[in-house]
Amino acid sequence: MRPANEELPAPVIDMTTRLGAVTFPNPVFTASGCAAAGQELDQFFDISELGGVVTKSIMLSPRSGRATPRMAETPSGMLNSIGLQGPGIEAFLDKDLAWLASRGARAVVSIAGSSVDDYAKLANKLRGQKGLAMIEVNISCPNVEDRGQVFACDPRAAAAVVQAVKRSAPTGVPVFAKLSPDVTDIVEIATACVEAGADGLSVINTLLGMVIDTTTMRPALGGITGGLSGPAIRPVAVRCVWQIRQALPDVPILGMGGIRTGLDALEFVLAGANAVSVGTTVFGDPTAPIRVLDELARALVDRGFERFEDAIGLAHKPPVLLLPEGPDPVGDELQGAAE
Amino acid sequence: MPVQVQGEVLSIRRVGAYQAMTVVAPGMAELTRPGHFVAVQVGGPESSMLLRRAFAIYDVKERGVYGGTVEFIFAVHGKGTAWLSSRRAQDKLDLVGPLGQPFKLPREAVNATLVGGGYGSAPLLPLATALRERGCRVDFVLGAGSTDKLFGQLDAKRIATSIEVTTDDGSTGRRGRVSDVLPGLLDRTGAEVVYACGPMAMLKAVTEQCTERGIPCQVAVEESMACGIGVCMTCVLPVIGDDGLTRMVRSCVEGPVFLGDRVRWDDIGSLPEDVVGSLNAPGAHR
Repeated sequence: MRPANEELPAPVIDMTTRLGAVTFPNPVFTASGCAAAGQELDQFFDISELGGVVTKSIMLSPRSGRATPRMAETPSGMLNSIGLQGPGIEAFLDKDLAWLASRGARAVVSIAGSSVDDYAKLANKLRGQKGLAMIEVNISCPNVEDRGQVFACDPRAAAAVVQAVKRSAPTGVPVFAKLSPDVTDIVEIATACVEAGADGLSVINTLLGMVIDTTTMRPALGGITGGLSGPAIRPVAVRCVWQIRQALPDVPILGMGGIRTGLDALEFVLAGANAVSVGTTVFGDPTAPIRVLDELARALVDRGFERFEDAIGLAHKPPVLLLPEGPDPVGDELQGAAE
Repeated sequence: MPVQVQGEVLSIRRVGAYQAMTVVAPGMAELTRPGHFVAVQVGGPESSMLLRRAFAIYDVKERGVYGGTVEFIFAVHGKGTAWLSSRRAQDKLDLVGPLGQPFKLPREAVNATLVGGGYGSAPLLPLATALRERGCRVDFVLGAGSTDKLFGQLDAKRIATSIEVTTDDGSTGRRGRVSDVLPGLLDRTGAEVVYACGPMAMLKAVTEQCTERGIPCQVAVEESMACGIGVCMTCVLPVIGDDGLTRMVRSCVEGPVFLGDRVRWDDIGSLPEDVVGSLNAPGAHR
């Protein structure tokens, strides 16, 4: 939407953030499935300036994805039913990861499988790969025919996948499990993943949704159902981050779900996210991730922070007067309405 | 390489059933070739419509009084295009472009036939100019449902050697479809290459008529897109590659211009078993 504010000097603040054993230069990442493997966005800004590039979930073999139509725009969001289209891990390593490494980007490789064994094999393939900073285990893609395959809907299945990945993954590379909001108790799944060895959690994947075309009077998507993303789901995502941070105070969280601005990102951070992914917004605004990074840094400086990490989970703490006197300089429009 | 530009509307005018919008978009015109498209943000910065609307670029001026401009044609289909049609001169508009693969031009001066359906003729008009500059003969077939949905007749008459017009209701030209007149025209003019843009059903028919005659045909497809820049994977269609294998290919990056006989028209909207990695292949995990 708004380009990074180039007139103002860059804000002075330490934006580094730790996710498990790895320290990233800043906390703004792309989101899996919303940035391919970074090359397209690199036409618009230097992809290596982001904290990390989360790649589209990769499977063992090439995969066609689902039939079209694969997309329906919804209020402040969209439904997608891509169905994990991709070239398979071998081509991904040769072309995409190699390219990210050559660009000096920190790759967070998202992996997806149909079985526990698939995940273990994928993690094993990532051993010794240059450019790999982190692994995100996608156990929550809603675009599969069998809901039983959504490992993130069952604590035992989720734990089994995480355990298998941890056994096979290269040491020193954090393994994050990506969770689905479509569960009764996300804390139960989060806890199961952490007990199985997850170094952190990515919160949240899309919500299962559906649109019916009232002209054709049939489902709008080829896959019938799809994943809902965009600002429409942001309150759900913030709630999930909040609940998990409350239950698991020390577990790193990569938060995502409808982040469009720096203040949206700050909401996730205050709720407990150690870093954030900018996803669907990229479709409408290819420079969004770098703009969000700039806006987040400014919002933190405006609030008197010197270190990004000091803001993580702050909403859980009793209120403290952080702001100097005078009105909030970064317009919080609802403030007036609440009075 | 595309650019993202905060443009400014220079003018918007009604052309029959369509709107023609010209936007001052520095840096875009000089990169644009016939067949490229532009992706336009709709609804303003706080819009609940997150996705861009993609339109073929009709005309560009590298140096106008106000700087480089791009012009595109659109029809009001929904809320996004309704918002766009309410823009006025000096309103801001966020554009990304030029996007996609443009039409490939022949090296030699050949006989070219251009087939446009509805406002699908928009990218064919600058293409016709480029072909004429290379010494090609250009013949046009324009078709639409009714007269108000024809676009570019006057331009086409000015540029082309001949023009045939069809409308479904017979209000202009011959009653019927472009595919009713195309075979006769191809045979009469000795067309060596065909370019087409318009609805998918028309592109399929044009491809079949060209393939029967062994005439290479480039088509610009219309698929619904979320991003236009190649990251979302929504605008795919089954296309046969140089290796003979069919893949689900992005129409925004690998297209929108394809060789007509490479597109598996009958399989659009389905998932054939023989597509690489098909979820419908026997034993595939869905």
